[in-house]
Amino acid sequence: MTLLLGSLQLGLIYSLLAMGIYISFRVLNTPDLTAEGSFTLGMAVMTVFVVAGHPFIGIFFALVAGALAGIITALLQTKLRIPPILAGILTMTGLYTINLMVMGGSSNVTLLGVNSIFDLIANILPFSYNVSKIIVSVLIALIMIVLMVLFFKTNCGLCIRAIGDNEKMARASSMNVDGYKIIGLMVSNGLIALCGGLIACDQGYADMTSGSGMLVVGLAAVIIGEAFIRRRTILAGMISCVLGSIVYRFILAAAISTRIFPAYAMKLLSAIIVTIALAIPAVRYYRENYELRKRDGHAGN
Amino acid sequence: MAMLEIKNLKKHFKKEGGIENHILKGLDLKMDKGEFVTVLGNNGAGKSTLFNLISGTILSNDGSIVLDQIDITFMPEHKRSKFIGRVFQSPMMGTAPNLTVAENMALAYGRQKRKNLNWALTRDLKKLFYEKLEESNMGLEKKLDSPMKDLSGGQCQVVALVMCTINPPKLLLLDEHTAALDPKTAVDVMQYTQKIVEEGRLTALMITHDLEDAILYGDRLIMMDSGVIGQDFSGEEKKNLTVEGLRTLYHLKE
Repeated sequence: MTLLLGSLQLGLIYSLLAMGIYISFRVLNTPDLTAEGSFTLGMAVMTVFVVAGHPFIGIFFALVAGALAGIITALLQTKLRIPPILAGILTMTGLYTINLMVMGGSSNVTLLGVNSIFDLIANILPFSYNVSKIIVSVLIALIMIVLMVLFFKTNCGLCIRAIGDNEKMARASSMNVDGYKIIGLMVSNGLIALCGGLIACDQGYADMTSGSGMLVVGLAAVIIGEAFIRRRTILAGMISCVLGSIVYRFILAAAISTRIFPAYAMKLLSAIIVTIALAIPAVRYYRENYELRKRDGHAGN
Repeated sequence: MAMLEIKNLKKHFKKEGGIENHILKGLDLKMDKGEFVTVLGNNGAGKSTLFNLISGTILSNDGSIVLDQIDITFMPEHKRSKFIGRVFQSPMMGTAPNLTVAENMALAYGRQKRKNLNWALTRDLKKLFYEKLEESNMGLEKKLDSPMKDLSGGQCQVVALVMCTINPPKLLLLDEHTAALDPKTAVDVMQYTQKIVEEGRLTALMITHDLEDAILYGDRLIMMDSGVIGQDFSGEEKKNLTVEGLRTLYHLKE
């Protein structure tokens, strides 16, 4: 039960990561690898503010820090015309130094003995610590879904969606494509950094290595969610991110609690889940062709 | 009064090895307001390059383009597309396939004065789009909330046309916009094109490879030939053109 609730709560927080990945990979249609760096950046910024006693201001600055990382990648992509994947890797690599700098040169900052937002809100709410944490996580996920759905209904949001859908058309209908790409990646990385910050609060420390593999984790959530919800509206997309993220945590929890896998197998499991999910269309194609060929063999008999 | 005035337009591309490939070699073109000009020419005559230069996808090496007294030679593409509408050959090119018809139209509608944080689609706008689509008589108004990719090629082109003209552009560029359609649909789309160009008194340039269309529609016909305008027919001269006559002109060049 504890494991189940824990997975639910982690899944809710990680849904922000999935939303960020969804916005770059699905809405903007650009593979953005900044995620790994901006996730840790959010962690670092958040811990600095929490340690200084300002957890709520930390939320704001984690968002801003992520958005800044997004701007860098977007500028590399648009103004300097560096291929999106490489642009993301460059920002991510550069961020490693920035993250260490933010954390004062140490690769690990603990939040022991200081109050994170979870502690502060749990003190107000008349529930147990774990239940309060779930309530806070649900609220955060809900607020983000609402904000994203509203944002993508504005002209700015619609332009971002159009650019991901047909960039040529976007240019011909007088959109400042570069500008909207920058905004899109800002929103995406802002969400990812906030997710990192919240995870730091949740686990009680920030660690330089936490970001590695986050892209695959987020992508796994997006893909799993899409298996449940097929509709491609933004609302459906955001809900599928939350759902996918929670299911992904359940799968991991199940895999680990059955003791088939050691805890350190998480990253490999994530990679395998994403690989399988991405391979489904190809497998479907092979099977269809196989069926067609089999029919031909029967005719020969 | 000239709506579009192109002077001495030149464009060459550098090929590997530094050889210059001259596409446009000093093209001059003057179009009056409300003129509907059809453009003929061989592959490689520079028709598409001309359109790309006018719409700003690429910049010219020499010469100038003036649209309605404004020099747009070096204006960025997204700025000039505020008043230049363009319909492409491929039905999917001018629209966003996964967005709904209404969303596509909202994007086009907001072209001239986009306020970023306003709602993209309001009830009033949807009503306007419904009416605009109803005018095309193709039953498109019922598809307002379907994704663009569910429409047929002809329907796509009609929506693209409505999108380009919902705020009347100063110049409408039609880039072989019926070439990918079946003959029956092509006729429907051409007639609809004629209708909106006439009703809106639009200034339009249309590339086509269909000699009959080139004669039938528009009030002036130009033939491009290796980077300049080779022939220019208007008024009576154009009315007297025949498909055979045009075909001979094509062959003469070879």
